[in-house]
Amino acid sequence: MSAASIALNRFGYGLARGNRAPRDPEAWLLRQLDSFDPAPPPIAARAQTRGKTGEMIETLRTLRREMREMADPATSPAGGEAAMMAETGAANPRADALAGLPPEYRAKFVEARRVAIDDLAVRVNVAVASETPLVERLVHFWSNHFSVSVGKPGTQFEVGPHEFSAIRPHVLGKFSDLLKAAVLHPAMLLYLDQFQSIGPNAPFQQRRAARANANPETPRGLNENLAREVLELHTLGVGGGYSQADVTELARALTGWTVPGIGRVGRFAVDQPSGAAFVALVHEPGTRTIMGKRYSEGGPEQALAVLDDLATHPATARFVATKFARHFAGDTPPQSLVARLEADFRSTGGDLASLTRTLIASPEAWAAGPVKFRTPFEWYIAAMRLSGLEGLEPQRIARVLGELGQSPWRAPSPAGYDDLAASWAAPDALFRRVELAERMAQGAPTEDVLARAEAAFPDALSDMTRTWLTRAESGRQALALLLVAPEMMRR
Amino acid sequence: MLTLLDRRSLLAGSLALGSSGLVLPRIALAQTTGTRKVLFVVLRGAADGLSMLAPVGDPGFAALRGAALADYEGAPRIGSFFALHPALTEVGKAAASGDALFVHAAATSYRERSHFDAQNLLETGGNAPYATKDGWLNRLVSLTAEAHKGEVPRALAIAPAVPLALRGDAPVSSYAPSALPNASDDFMARVASLYQADSELASLWARALETRAMASDDSLNNLRDASANGALVASLMQGARGAQIAMIEVDGWDTHANQRGVFARQARGLDALLAAYRTGMGAEWRDTLVLVATEFGRTAALNGTNGTDHGTAGAALVMGGSVRGGRVEADWPGLGAGQLYQGRDLAPTIALESVLAGAVAEHLRLDPAQTLARLFPGRTGKPLAGIVRS
Repeated sequence: MSAASIALNRFGYGLARGNRAPRDPEAWLLRQLDSFDPAPPPIAARAQTRGKTGEMIETLRTLRREMREMADPATSPAGGEAAMMAETGAANPRADALAGLPPEYRAKFVEARRVAIDDLAVRVNVAVASETPLVERLVHFWSNHFSVSVGKPGTQFEVGPHEFSAIRPHVLGKFSDLLKAAVLHPAMLLYLDQFQSIGPNAPFQQRRAARANANPETPRGLNENLAREVLELHTLGVGGGYSQADVTELARALTGWTVPGIGRVGRFAVDQPSGAAFVALVHEPGTRTIMGKRYSEGGPEQALAVLDDLATHPATARFVATKFARHFAGDTPPQSLVARLEADFRSTGGDLASLTRTLIASPEAWAAGPVKFRTPFEWYIAAMRLSGLEGLEPQRIARVLGELGQSPWRAPSPAGYDDLAASWAAPDALFRRVELAERMAQGAPTEDVLARAEAAFPDALSDMTRTWLTRAESGRQALALLLVAPEMMRR
Repeated sequence: MLTLLDRRSLLAGSLALGSSGLVLPRIALAQTTGTRKVLFVVLRGAADGLSMLAPVGDPGFAALRGAALADYEGAPRIGSFFALHPALTEVGKAAASGDALFVHAAATSYRERSHFDAQNLLETGGNAPYATKDGWLNRLVSLTAEAHKGEVPRALAIAPAVPLALRGDAPVSSYAPSALPNASDDFMARVASLYQADSELASLWARALETRAMASDDSLNNLRDASANGALVASLMQGARGAQIAMIEVDGWDTHANQRGVFARQARGLDALLAAYRTGMGAEWRDTLVLVATEFGRTAALNGTNGTDHGTAGAALVMGGSVRGGRVEADWPGLGAGQLYQGRDLAPTIALESVLAGAVAEHLRLDPAQTLARLFPGRTGKPLAGIVRS
C-alpha cells in the first residue's frame, strides 16, 4: 500500500466519492486532529431525551410488578421484559412481545427503539460524510472500548448520547476525562448495573430497614459489575495487578452514581454533568483503598478521584497502548510500536491527541501491509463512502449492519467487539458483504468506478482488481466488485 | 434492443418487438425457414468434455481419469471409442435414435483460460474478447431475415437479462422463469475470479459458496426445475408464433473440486432439461436444432482436489430431429503426454465456430461460408458440413 492509501484506509474510512487522495498523507491526518467537529449538525440537532430513561426504568419496574401480581402467567404482560430484551434487531419475537403490551407501554417501547435506530443512523451518516475520518475511527474505537449495549433494558435512549456526548468530545483529550465521562454516563451505569448498586452501610439501608412495606423489587446491596469491568476492560486490563478487594472497594466508591428519575431515592438525586445523577443516600460512606491508595470520603468526587488515578496507572498505559496499536497496526502489533505508545501515554498522562500523533509518526503504522481485516462496520462505512450512497433510511441502516454481523452498541459483551481478523474473516460474513455490495451498487452512481478505484487506493490497486473492474459487464457490476475487492477488505 | 414481456403475451400472438415499434404480422412465416427452430444452450463455467463424452478407447483416459472409469461401465456408447456420461440418459437415447451428435476436441479460437473472456468470445463470435459488441446469435437473426427476405425471426432469451450472444440490432425478447438462477450468479463468479490471487479471500469465498450450495442443494428440486425449464423453453418456441431462435444458460460447470459428483449432478440437470424440451417440442422436434456449447474444456488430468482446471478443447452437443446423429464428429488428438495442448489440455482439432456456423447454416438453409463469415468473422476454417440431413 502507498502512504496515501494507508492514510485513507488504515487510518480512516476510505475515500469518499468525489474526494481526492491526500497529497501529503501525514499532514492530512494531522490536520484532522485540528479540524474535528465533536458535534456536527446531525448530532447537535439530536432531540434531547433526558428524563426518558428514568421513565423507561419505572415503566419496566411497573410491568414487572404487574406481572408478579397477576398470578396467571398466561395473561401477564410478559411482553414488557421480552420486548426490552429482544429490542431493535429481532423481528417476530419482539413484535409478538410488543403486541402483548398495553398500548401506553407499547408506545414507549416503540419510541425507545426508534430513538436508538435514529441515533445509529446519525453515527453512520456522520462517519460517511466525515472529512475527519481518522477521528471518526477514534470515536468508534473508544466507543467500542467503553462498550454499552441496547440489549440491556432501558438503554435505548442513552447509547447514542453515550457516544455523542461522553466519548466524541474526549477522543483527542485526556484519557482520564474520557474514562470518567464514559464510565459515569447513564448508558454505562445502566448497562453494567451500577444504577441499582447500594452501599451496604449507606443511609438508605437504615431507612429501608425501618420501613415495613419496602418494595422487594428494589435492589438492596452492592453490585460489583461496573467496578470489575472498569478495572478489567477500561483501565488496567486483565493481569493489571488488581485484586478482588480492589474490585469491591471500587464498587463501594461508585455507589450513589445512578440514573436520574428512578426509584424512591430519585427525588434525592443530584444531577451530574454527564447526565447521570448522584444520590448520596445510597453512597457507601467512608474511606476507600484501591490499588494501594486511600481515597477519603467525598461523595461523587470519590469515584472521580479513583478513576483519575486508574487512568494514568502504568498498567492502563500498557493496556491502552496495546489495544490502540492492535487497532491500527495489526492483530499482533509490533512491540516497538506498543512500547512507544505506552511511553507516550505515560509521559503525557494519557493525552490522546499526543497518542494519536505518535501513532501517525510511527513507521510501524505505515508498514506496506495490509495489516488488518476490516470489521463489518468499517467495511460498511468505507463502502458507503466509496459508493456515494446517501440518505438511507435509519431502519435500513440498522438492518444492514445487523446482517453484516456488527451492529454498533450491541456487542455481545462489555469487552466490545473483537478487533481480530479471526472474528470477522469468515465465509458467511464475506458472503453477506458480497450480497450487500451488489445491492448497494443498484442504487449508487456508477459512471466513474475505475477512476474512483484508482483514487481510493492510490498506487495500491492490484492488477487483478483493475483487470476485473475493467472486465465488468457494467458500471454497476464494476462498483459492486470494487466494494468487495481485496483492497476493500483489508487495510 | 430488448423487450421484456411475459409468457402470456408472448404466446398470445401478435407482439411488438423493440423500440422500432415493429409489429409482426400474424401470417405464417416464410416457407423456407419459418418453422425451423434453433435453441442455443450455453454451459457456463467450462463443462468438462472428457466427462461428458469420455474417450474410453484412448489408453490415455484411464491414465488421466482412472478413478472415473467405473462410471462409464454400462454407460451408453457412441461407437466403440466414446462413452456418454451415465447421467446423460435421455441424450443417450436421442443419440441411439440418431437425433444427437457430439463434436469432440472442439474449441473456439480463444486460447487463454479466462471464463469471461472465453464466454465473451463464444457469445460475440469476435476474434478477441470484448472486440465485438453484439452477439453471433443476434447476427444470425438478421442474417436469416436478410437471406430469406422474410420477416425477422423471433428471438428470445430465456434469462433475466439478454445474454451477450443475443444482444445486438435485431429485436430480442427475454423471459425469465423465477426458477432460473438469478442474475447475481454471474457476479458471484466474478467475485471468485477477483479473489483468485488472494488465498485467504479465495478460500473464504469457496467455503461460503459451498455452504450456500449445500443449503439450497435439493437434487430433486433441481431436476424438477431443470425439467420444468426444458418444458417452458419448448412452450415458448412451439408453433408458428413461438420464438425461432432462443437461448438458455446453464451455470455451474466450473468443477475445480470433487468433479465426479458435481459433474454428475450438472449432467442430470442438463439431461432433464433437454429431454423435457424434446418432449415439449413434439412433432416440431423434426425442425428443431439444439446446440449445446461451453466456453472451453478443462485440464485432462485431475488436480489436487479431484477437480479439473481451465483447459482448452471440449465437447459440444448437437441435437434435433433432422440431425445426422448417433455419431461423434472428431479428429481425435489423443491424450498421450506428447499429444496434450501445452502438456495439459485436450488439443483442439475442430473449430467450434465452424460447428456452430455449419449447423445453423444447414438447418436454416443459409449459405455456410457466408454464415461463418458473418457470425464468426476472421476465421480461416470452413464450416463443418453434414450436420443436418438435407
